[in-house]
Amino acid sequence: MVTQGRSGAWNHRERPPRRRRSWAGWRFVGPFMAVFALVFLAPIAYSVYLSLFRTRLIGGTAFVGAENYVKALQDPRFWSAFGRVAAFLAVQVPIMLFLALLVALAIDSGRLYGSAFFRISVFLPYAVPAIVATLMWGFMYGTRFGLIGNLNETFGVTLPDPLSPELILASIGNIVTWEFVGYNMLIMYSALRVVNHSLYEAAEIDGAGQLRVIWSIKLPALRGTLVIATIFSIIGSFQLFNEPSILRTLAPNSVTTYFTPNLYAYSLSFSGQQFNYSATVAIVMGVITMVIAYVVQLRGIRKAS
Amino acid sequence: MIRGRVVSPREIEKGMPMTMNRRRALLVGAALTVSLLAAGCGSSGDGGPGGGSGEAAKPAGVSDADVTNALNTGGSITVWAWEPTLKQVVADFQARYPKVKVSLVNAGTGNDQYIALQNAIKAGSGVPDVAQVEYYALSQFALGKSITDLNAFGAGELDGTFTPGPWSSVRVGDAVYGLPMDSGPMALFYNKEVFDKHDIQVPATWEEYAAAAEKLHRADPEAYITSDTGDAGFTTSMIWQAGGKPYTVDGTSVGIDFGDAGTRRFTAMWQKLIDAELLSPVTGWTDAWYKGLGDGTIATLVIGAWMPANLESGVKAAAGKWRVAPMPQWEAGGRATAENGGSSLAIPEAAANKALAYAFVKYAAVDEGVRARVDGGAFPATTAQLQDSAWRDKEFPYFDGQKVNQVLADSAGKVVTGWSYLPFQVYANSVFNDTAGKAYNSDTTLADGLKAWQDASAEYGREQGFTMK
Repeated sequence: MVTQGRSGAWNHRERPPRRRRSWAGWRFVGPFMAVFALVFLAPIAYSVYLSLFRTRLIGGTAFVGAENYVKALQDPRFWSAFGRVAAFLAVQVPIMLFLALLVALAIDSGRLYGSAFFRISVFLPYAVPAIVATLMWGFMYGTRFGLIGNLNETFGVTLPDPLSPELILASIGNIVTWEFVGYNMLIMYSALRVVNHSLYEAAEIDGAGQLRVIWSIKLPALRGTLVIATIFSIIGSFQLFNEPSILRTLAPNSVTTYFTPNLYAYSLSFSGQQFNYSATVAIVMGVITMVIAYVVQLRGIRKAS
Repeated sequence: MIRGRVVSPREIEKGMPMTMNRRRALLVGAALTVSLLAAGCGSSGDGGPGGGSGEAAKPAGVSDADVTNALNTGGSITVWAWEPTLKQVVADFQARYPKVKVSLVNAGTGNDQYIALQNAIKAGSGVPDVAQVEYYALSQFALGKSITDLNAFGAGELDGTFTPGPWSSVRVGDAVYGLPMDSGPMALFYNKEVFDKHDIQVPATWEEYAAAAEKLHRADPEAYITSDTGDAGFTTSMIWQAGGKPYTVDGTSVGIDFGDAGTRRFTAMWQKLIDAELLSPVTGWTDAWYKGLGDGTIATLVIGAWMPANLESGVKAAAGKWRVAPMPQWEAGGRATAENGGSSLAIPEAAANKALAYAFVKYAAVDEGVRARVDGGAFPATTAQLQDSAWRDKEFPYFDGQKVNQVLADSAGKVVTGWSYLPFQVYANSVFNDTAGKAYNSDTTLADGLKAWQDASAEYGREQGFTMK
């Protein structure tokens, strides 16, 4: 006992040999790190390893260094895929977040009758698996037997084909918006719920109207949340895969095998056996996504402070 | 769409009723002859061709003893296939050779299975002993030396057992990389009710076909002669029939030319149908497609002989309305057809029990297995089966009693020879809609679209180390 007490005091005084404490920390972090290394770092490391080689049907596997990266950066298919998701990002994400914001504010306003019902029904599409949602929308988009077909027939009009090459991206945007408005709404709504109500009372006493409250209290309170929602949406847009992949079976001429970067990586790997190049495309796209998400985050934080 | 051909076999759902299964198992257990088997199944006719002899595996040469040995010693093999009629074959085979255990695994349909197979071969573990491989994909595996040359088991002596189309499809040079399991000689499937209603004659030539397309669509703007949104399998088969030989393969030296006379013949005719918007813009194997086949808005299909079972199971609404006619010809009185789909059974190089695997493959593709598969609705690739009168004269209620097999078997004998697929056809087909598909929804012509497809395929070939001519 005495020894322990003394050594404790000694430790306290003279900066301890840290070894023991740091090991204790590792024991806590260890399980996480092990799983993290196994399911996170190892696949990335393996992808990087793969991307340095090239396997051919004739001639086998050879180390090619950065050749795959050079090729990816000059690949018109890759850039066309990137351009497509970038356009998608620029148009769909603002629309979706704006809609989510409106709904969140409406439900939070407390003036809505049956807000619990609206909250759950707007959120419900998020609970529908993307595959099912796309199949459902794909059916509605059908010009012959789907909803569009029925509208055409009922009103004697000829609506443009949502699955044509010109409109397919907008149609996918519509599906994604439908799916994710509720999710983003919920994030924003929960951020609004934690705003201190005394602020609203103060605003009321000062004679501020609802719009003024939104502008001066609610939106500033949402800024951090909006940055997070934007980052999620950027990542989601760049990883667009399910929707085009399913619609491909309905409209094979509108959705190319390189429609989005993810679809391109998938096709390279699974129809072309080009695992190495596929890994390269995935890595390049991952890095681009990281950079853009990071820039958005930096800007968001700077504005917030 | 490639998917179409790939999915189709799965949809052959004409399985045997359970009572029949049981009876069959008993019969086989008693080692009865095929003729009795047939009688037991309620379909008349004498012994099937390959199945005529009661012995399942009779490979020639050195390996004869090995294979017989393997069957007697027993063991277990794994078969990767999605073709539904093989289920019965496996049951029969196990009943016939009680010491042999066959596990039939559906590792995916078409491309999905090839991916799994390629991965297993690459990993060097979990490789099946037998794998179903479609003809167009066979040379890709042969090239990678991932499947076995069956000459070692005497497969070379089976020359003449199979119809020329499938037999040439499983051979690369002198090597035999699989035994043909079924085939898809093309024919014209048409909706007689629609034809009668608009007083359209069954077209014998493509010229008449195009005229029929126009007449039909003019009479009923909702109705189309057929649907096409760009399908690699269909397009290559059409070029095949027209005498085109766009692919020349000599080992690792590969030529692609979609500018030859046969190809131009097809594109010129088909372009007219595209330009006049006489093709229904419905993609094959979708719900809308099945619906169109049922309600008469898609009036014909030029497709492989495996289609009847698909129509029966997928388009019940049109029972009694469809008929089968010979494929339209390029010249009046011509006799040329092409293959569309079909698959073989191959043995991976890494298979653990090759002798037993071959015994099974032969049983399924040459011997008694053929009978069971044909009864289940498959279209055979063996000449003897195709000449079997009971089979030929079978009346199909779905086709209002038409003896459909006669038309289809005739087609099998007229397949244009000399066609070959690319050693990387799986990839090429996957980018068909990126390139040639543009002909169906933009100003690009079919000829230009095919040129783009040629370029994309050649680019891949070069990257993969082929010598592109």
